[in-house]
Amino acid sequence: MPDEPAGKASPSDTATGQAMRRRRSSGIGAPIARSRFLIIAVAVFAGLGLAWWAATGLDLVKPIFLPSPASVATQLGKLWADGTLLTDLEASIYRISVGFLIASVLAIPIGVLIGSFRTWEAAIEPLVDFIRYMPVVAFVPLSILWAGTSDVQKFLIIFIGTFFQQVLMIMDNVKRVPADFVGLGRTLGLPDRKILTRIVVPSAMPGIWDTLRISLGWAWTWLVLAELVAATSGLGYRITVSQRYFQTNTIIGYILLLGILGLITDQVMKALGKVLFRQDSRS
Amino acid sequence: MNSPKLRIKSLHKSFGAGARRTEVLRDINLDLADNEFVSLVGTSGCGKSTLLSIVAGLQDFDSGELDIDGSPIMKPGLDRGVVFQSYTLLPWLTAQQNIEFALKAAGHDRATCRRIALEHLDLVKLPHSANLYPSELSGGMKQRVAIARALSYRPKMLLMDEPFGALDALTRHQMQELLTQIWEEHRLTVLFVTHDVEEAVYLSDRIVVMGIGPGRIMRTFDVDIERPRREEVMESAAFMDLQRNVHKAIREASRRPEMA
Ligand SMILES: Nc1ncnc2c1ncn2[C@@H]1O[C@H](COP(=O)(O)OP(=O)(O)OP(=O)(O)O)[C@@H](O)[C@H]1O
Ligand SMILES: [Mg+2]
Repeated sequence: MPDEPAGKASPSDTATGQAMRRRRSSGIGAPIARSRFLIIAVAVFAGLGLAWWAATGLDLVKPIFLPSPASVATQLGKLWADGTLLTDLEASIYRISVGFLIASVLAIPIGVLIGSFRTWEAAIEPLVDFIRYMPVVAFVPLSILWAGTSDVQKFLIIFIGTFFQQVLMIMDNVKRVPADFVGLGRTLGLPDRKILTRIVVPSAMPGIWDTLRISLGWAWTWLVLAELVAATSGLGYRITVSQRYFQTNTIIGYILLLGILGLITDQVMKALGKVLFRQDSRS
Repeated sequence: MNSPKLRIKSLHKSFGAGARRTEVLRDINLDLADNEFVSLVGTSGCGKSTLLSIVAGLQDFDSGELDIDGSPIMKPGLDRGVVFQSYTLLPWLTAQQNIEFALKAAGHDRATCRRIALEHLDLVKLPHSANLYPSELSGGMKQRVAIARALSYRPKMLLMDEPFGALDALTRHQMQELLTQIWEEHRLTVLFVTHDVEEAVYLSDRIVVMGIGPGRIMRTFDVDIERPRREEVMESAAFMDLQRNVHKAIREASRRPEMA
C-alpha cells in the first residue's frame, strides 16, 4: 500500500500498526462476526418496538392513529381465535401461490428463450420492456372489468406485476452464462436443445432462483393491492374493512403480519437456494 | 511426410461489415502433421484465439480451406478437443461427472463413461479428486480436469488457448511437465496458443509467430530439442538461443503494422 497517510512508520511500528488495523471493523466491506451482525439487527427491531411501546404508553399519540403493541397483539389473538385470521391467510396464500406460479412457469421458458436466441429477443424483449413500464395499479380497474372480484382478478394483477419483470431478469440471468460454457457444449457436438437444457439452464439456475425470490417479494405487494380494492376475503380485504370501522389495531397487526410473511418466504427461498445450489459458489 | 492432420489454406477472416469491417486474419497457411505439437505465439490482438476457434468450428471464416484428415471442417465436433483459457468446468458437476458429461455426449454408456473418466483423472494425477466440485479445486486442478475431459473422448486433435495463462509460475511448470508427459505417451496433434515463449519452446515441435495488422503468419521456428524433455533442458544453450530468437521475431512482427 503506497498511501500511508504521513506515516513515518519504522519497521518496529508496523506490527502494532497492522494489529490495530485488524481490530478496526468499519472499513468498506470489512467483515464482522455473525453474532455481532445479529445483535445489531435485533437491537434495531427492539429499539423501534420500544419507541412504539413508549409513544403509546405515554399517551403521546391517540390510539385511533397508533394503538399500543398490546392492543394489536390482543386483536390479532382474537381474530386468530375466531378463525378470521386463518381464513384470510388461506385466501391470500392460495392467491399468491397460484398467481406467482403461473407467472414463473411462463417466465422461465420465455426468459431462457429470449436470453439465448437473438431473434426471439427482438420479438419479445422490446414488447415486454414496454409493458413493464405501464403501472400495475392502472390495470386494476381493467382487471375488475375483465374478471370481477373473483380470484382470477387477483391472479391477473399478481401476474401483470411480476411476469414481465421476471422475463427480463431471467433473460439477464441467461445472458450471464459464460460464452465458453456454450462453446464447450458445441465442441462436444451437442445440439442447441441439449446445450440449453444441460448447460445453459443449470448454469443460470442460481440466478433464476434469485430472480424468483426477489419477484415473490413484489408479488405480496400486488396481492394486497388487488385485495384492497376488490375482494371479499384475504389479508388486504380485512385491512380495508378495518379502516371502515376504525380498527387501527387490526390494520397495523395485518401490516406487520404481511411483513413477517414476506420475510419468512424470503428466508425460506434463500435457505432452499443455498441447499439446491451449494456447489455454485462461484469464485 | 504423409498427408497432414490439419490443413489451413489461404484462410481469411474479418469481423463486422461495411465501414466497420476489420480484417483479423489474412492468408493464413498452416499444416499440422500427425502427432505434431505446434504453438501459436504473437502479440495481443493478432488473432491467435480467433484462428483457434475457427479451427474448433466455433467461428466462421470468410474464405480459404480448412480440413482435418482431408475432410472440411464445417462445425464443432468431437474430433477436436478444446481446452479454454477460462475454467469451463460445469460448477454443478463433480470432477468425474464433468468428464462423464463429455463422454455421454460422445455416446458412451454409463459404465464406460465411469471407467474412462476415472482413467483420465489418473492420467492427470487427480485420482483422489473424482468427487470434488470445481469450487473445491484449485485453478491448476481445474485445468487438469479440463485437459482430462478434452482427452477422454479421444479427439484427433487438441486445441488449447492459453490453458495455463491464469496459473502461477510454479503450477504452470507442473502443468507443462504433465502435458509433455501425456503428449509423449499418447502422441497427440496439438495446436497450442500461448503468450509464454519459454512454454512454447519447451512444449512444441514448431512455433508459429504471428504478426498484427492484420493477423498473419510471419515466421515459423522448428524446435530441434530432443525429447523426452525435462525441466533441465530449459537451461541449455540451444533452448535459450531459440527462446531469444522467438522473442525477437515477435517483437519484429508486432512492430510492422498496416503493411501489406
Ligand atoms: N467478436 C469479435 N468482433 C469483432 N472483433 C473481434 C471479435 N473477436 C475478436 N476481434 C478482434 O480480432 C482481433 C484478434 O482477436 P483475438 O482474440 O483472436 O486475438 P489474440 O491474438 O487471441 O489476442 P490475445 O493474445 O490478447 O488473446 C482483435 O483485434 C479483436 O479486437
Ligand atoms: Mg486470445
